[in-house]
This record gives sequence, C-alpha cells and structure tokens, in this order.
Amino acid sequence: MQDFDIQVERFLVQFIDKQAYKEVLQGLQNTMIIALYGFILGIVIGTLIAIVRVLPKNNMMPKSGTKIVRIFSYIRSYVIPKLLDGFCTLYVGIFRGTPIVVQLLVFYYVVLPLMGLERIDSITVAIIVFGMNSGAYISEIMRGGILSVDPGQMEGGRSVGMSYSATMMKIVIPQAVKNILPTLGNEFIALVKETSVVSFVGAMDLYKTFRSIGATTYQYMVPYLTMAVIYIVIVMIITVLIKLMERGLRKSDRSR
Amino acid sequence: MIEVVNLCKSFGKNEVLRNISINIEKGEKVVVIGPSGSGKSTFLRCLNCMEDPTSGEIYFGGADITDPRVDINLHRQKMGMVFQHFNLFNNMTVLKNLTLAPRKVLKKSKAEAEARAVELLKRIGLEDKANAYPSSLSGGQKQRVAIARSLAMDPEVILFDEPTSALDPEMVGEVLELMKDLAKEGMTMVIVTHEMGFAREVGTRILFMDEGRIIEDRNPREFFESPNTDRAKDFLSKVL
Repeated sequence: MQDFDIQVERFLVQFIDKQAYKEVLQGLQNTMIIALYGFILGIVIGTLIAIVRVLPKNNMMPKSGTKIVRIFSYIRSYVIPKLLDGFCTLYVGIFRGTPIVVQLLVFYYVVLPLMGLERIDSITVAIIVFGMNSGAYISEIMRGGILSVDPGQMEGGRSVGMSYSATMMKIVIPQAVKNILPTLGNEFIALVKETSVVSFVGAMDLYKTFRSIGATTYQYMVPYLTMAVIYIVIVMIITVLIKLMERGLRKSDRSR
Repeated sequence: MIEVVNLCKSFGKNEVLRNISINIEKGEKVVVIGPSGSGKSTFLRCLNCMEDPTSGEIYFGGADITDPRVDINLHRQKMGMVFQHFNLFNNMTVLKNLTLAPRKVLKKSKAEAEARAVELLKRIGLEDKANAYPSSLSGGQKQRVAIARSLAMDPEVILFDEPTSALDPEMVGEVLELMKDLAKEGMTMVIVTHEMGFAREVGTRILFMDEGRIIEDRNPREFFESPNTDRAKDFLSKVL
C-alpha cells in the first residue's frame, strides 16, 4: 500500500488534468437518466398490472338483451379481465424469474433485431428494460398498497355514483401510494444501483467511465473506490429526499 | 319507488337473504331491525347493489338494477348511502369529499359544487371544518360529513347502514338529530339501526328481520306495543 499516494495522484491527473471528470459526469447523468425514466416507466407498468390484478372478475351474465349482447358483456366483464390477469402473471413471472443482465442482453441481441430495431441507442434500451423489470416488482408493491386501503374507501366512492376506475384513480391509488412510499423509495435505490450493468449493452454509465479511467491508468483501486463513494452519496441523497416527501404527505393528513 | 322481488343472497353455502319481496314508497322512513346475523345490512347493501344479489330483482326508477347491463352508477347517484364506518375519502379535505362526486359525476362546475358544499356544511354546523381532513374529525362529525356527502348528490333516497353503531355514545345524538331533520323534510330513508327509540320516533314502517326473512312489516307503534311473532317479542324484551 505504500504507493497508494502515487495511485491517487495518477488518478487525479487523469480525472482532472486530462478531464476524465467530464466523462464521469456524463456517465453519472446517464445512470440517473436510466434509473429515473426507468422508474417512471416502472411505476406506470406496475400500476397498470396491479389494477388488472385487483380487478373484480365477476362472472355476471346480463339478465336481458339479445344473445349477442349478453355474450359480448360476458366477454367484457369476465373473459378479458381473466386474460389480462393471465398475461400479467406471465409478465411478472418472466421479469422476476430472470436476472436483469439476461433481460438486457436478450432484449438488445434478440428482441430488437427480431423487430428490426437494431439502431436504437443503448440508453433507450436500458430505460425500457429497467422500466419493464421494475414494473414487475412495483406491480406487487402496488398491489399490496391497493389491498392495504380500507375497502370502505372504494364503497364510499361507488355509493355516490362514481365508477370503479374513477374511484380507483381518485381515492384508492393516492392512498395506496402514500402507504407504499417507503417501499417505492427502496425500489428506486435498488434501481439506481442495478443500472451499473448497462455497459453490457454498451451504455456509458458511471461504472463504465471509471473502468475506462482504470484502463487508461492501469490502476483500478482508486477509480473504483471513488465510484463506490459516489454511489453511496447518491443513495444518501435519495434517502433524504424520500424522507422529506413522506413527511410532506403525512403533514397533509394531520393538519388542522 | 324501490321494488324488491324475490331477493336472495348467499355467501357460498350461507344463505343470508331468503326470498325477500317488498315495496318502498316515496317519503317512507323504513327502519330495519333484527338480531345480528339476520341479514339486515346485507339487505340494505343489496338495495344499491353494493352487494350483488344471488337472485331476484330490484326495481328502481323503472329499471331492474340487478341486471349487469344497467348502469348502476347512474342509479347510485339517486340512492345515497351512509356507512357504519363513514367511509369518507381519507385523502381529501371535507370540502373535497363533498364536491368530488358532484363535479365528477354530475359535472357541476367547481363554484357550483363548492357553493352547495358550503351550504351543506353550514347546515350540519361544520363550515369551519371545510379544509380539515377526515382524520382530524370526531366520529360524530365524520358521520355528519358523510351524510352531507350523500346529500350533495341530491338523492331521492338514502340508505343508512347502522350509522351510529361505531360512534361514542355521546356522539350518537348529533347524528340522530340530523337524520330526524332529514326525515321531517320528507327524505325517503331506509335505516338499519339498533336505536329502538329512534326507530319508534322517526320510522313510518318497521321491518323486523330474522334468519334472512322479513317476518314483521308493520307500523312502529303497533310493532313495539304488540309484536306478532315470538321472535320479535324475544328480541324486544332483550333490547328495550
């Protein structure tokens, strides 16, 4: 370890004098873009799946109307929800059942070429894959959140003539989100860290920029150590932000 | 106004309602009483299809509302419901609780809905709570807001599902007073309750239920003075 000082110095030369920090900032930006947009996509997908899963599947045959009308209504109220539910189960099963790296590789090297979309850039690919992946996890979190809301809230909404979906969006989901906010924050933190594998498909993230510094200076110790510290700092910042958000939501609950 | 024909409801193998047929006219104050487990609440909840009947028909506004083809939301606008546990929207202020459905469902303007809400809040004496969240209200206040919420839709009938059962004894009075006022104004009401004094005073008709059937359907004075069935005699001797 006696040459640790020398290593630090070499790193600093590369990092500052040779302006590798610019790349690092770019990598940091990419990491955050992938995590943030992926997370937003994940929330959208997760919420949709969760809603499909808690949807009532009533096998209710209408009492009146022609045979066609009755069959149509049966399909709409029972067959379609059931099919969607099956599809969602499959989706969650696939995305929870394979490692994220595998999903990235399959998407990049199998799915995109099959669709004739090889030219899509790797950041976009990463956002889509991380979004779909976290959507599978968030759907379960969201489902739990929806089930944790008192069923009376849905009844209250329905009793004044609001539709199932209006009550869901206006009353149930907002309360569910509040309940699951800590878990969602956890998911986001996990996502930020998981993005460190996006260089498998060529995206330049935080990890890749530090690896290239290491490769240039033939020394990996200091770059990787710095990288670890940056990750920790990011996560600490996110943690504080989540705490603030939670406090804000709770305040609106108790005030006056 | 509401016509129930051969209404049956089972939860799995458990038959909760057995062949109930009854007509409720405009302006009636129907009080449903009976021992616990007799199906009172289930009966009430079937009236606006909060619980889907297993068989039978319920006619309201000329349509059989148990038919899945009928838009139940349309009928629920005219059929208010007040719950034992209030079921106020916890994520909204009192004012928003009162204006949400009028705006979303009746498509009222914000100003119109709020004017009506403030008017209702004044009426229940809670205009100073307009911007409070339900969690900061007492049980009695919550229930009054819940009643105001259903009134905001200008319903033709209000269903009350044990509206005072979850309240501290000292708060029961304020809710019953409000309900009495509504009754005086001619609101059609169907009330499941354990408040016998209230049933006697406000009810125009008593339905006594036991084991999923309505076994007495009479005016309150007759019912309380001389119940026909042994079951009702037994019940009254325990609760009065």
